[in-house]
Amino acid sequence: MVSPAHFIALSVILFVIGAVGVLVRRNAIVVFMCVELMLNAANLAFVTFARMHGALDGQVIAFFVMVVAAAEVVVGLAILTAIFRARRSASVDDANLMKY
Amino acid sequence: MTAAHPLILAGPAAETTRLLVYWVLAIAAVAAALGMVLARRAVHCALLLAIVMLSLAVYYAMLGAPFLAFVQVIVYTGAVLMLFLFVLMIVGITAADSIIETIRGQRLWASLAGIAMLILLSLTVGHAVIGPAGKSSAEFGNSNVTALAHLIFTRYVWPFEVTSALLITAAVGAMVLAHRERLRPKPTQREMAVARVASGHPTPLPGPGTYAQHNGVDMPALLPDGSQSELSVSPVLSGGGRPERPPALGGGQPDGGQQPAVTAGPGPAGPEAGEQ
Repeated sequence: MVSPAHFIALSVILFVIGAVGVLVRRNAIVVFMCVELMLNAANLAFVTFARMHGALDGQVIAFFVMVVAAAEVVVGLAILTAIFRARRSASVDDANLMKY
Repeated sequence: MTAAHPLILAGPAAETTRLLVYWVLAIAAVAAALGMVLARRAVHCALLLAIVMLSLAVYYAMLGAPFLAFVQVIVYTGAVLMLFLFVLMIVGITAADSIIETIRGQRLWASLAGIAMLILLSLTVGHAVIGPAGKSSAEFGNSNVTALAHLIFTRYVWPFEVTSALLITAAVGAMVLAHRERLRPKPTQREMAVARVASGHPTPLPGPGTYAQHNGVDMPALLPDGSQSELSVSPVLSGGGRPERPPALGGGQPDGGQQPAVTAGPGPAGPEAGEQ
């Protein structure tokens, strides 16, 4: 029987994979995708908890997370295209003007 | 809920089905997520992310969130991933990560941090008491949308209104960031014609190659002497990114096209395939 623990375990695994991706990858777009993966994992946990408690609040919060993620992607990708226009590169290593 | 909806199965067979769906999609999602971290090309990452998101949509449906399942497909897989793919087309489709580590030992330490995080989260989740699913009600079935709307417009009405401000701000911000001032006047048709003749290449660029086994816009055309024509493949496809200006106007190759336009293709190019 599929219990909420199954979904929470999967959510943990996906979250960790996303976090490792953010740390490892150098392409800013892929880093963004890994952030999206982490948000999705958190959403899965929210929906699972909503099911567990028999209340819909978790689903509402997951919905808000989706909205915020969409806004974040729009602005983030616009920043990326602006950086790409200026530096001809999408690598996070090349945006280092403010590096110490 | 189970009795109310004819499509929702009940009984031990349904449990087995749910378990099967869970494990198949779990393996697919984790494999796709790992592949997303490991794949070098950004386009492959985007497609693998789509697999993860679609699996999560099925999970939402299993967990009694049909509305979120559809939102997941429409908003995430439909809109957000398409936005990613659009930007990938702008940046250059073969923008691959370099294998060289810019920070020494970064991958090793990142992996160790990931393992540590996994252990930490597993311990936390393992110690938590995760009970069985609550009793199912119509809120997790047929009247899910109604119940969600009720919650959003009563208890969560203030966050909902703030969300609208956020969306407006994001839209305006994206337009401002993506906007570019026109620094020079728009070239007239006469100027374009003059520049084109002066560039030494007044004819249209050659089209991509059409061969017996390969017929795609990323296949370079063959010149009469057997060499491959670099001009026949768009620089977007060959990895140089989109050129800022048409080559005819810029006077020579633009910044984006420094790399040779013909890079190693995925398979054998046309001539070998044709001679066999």
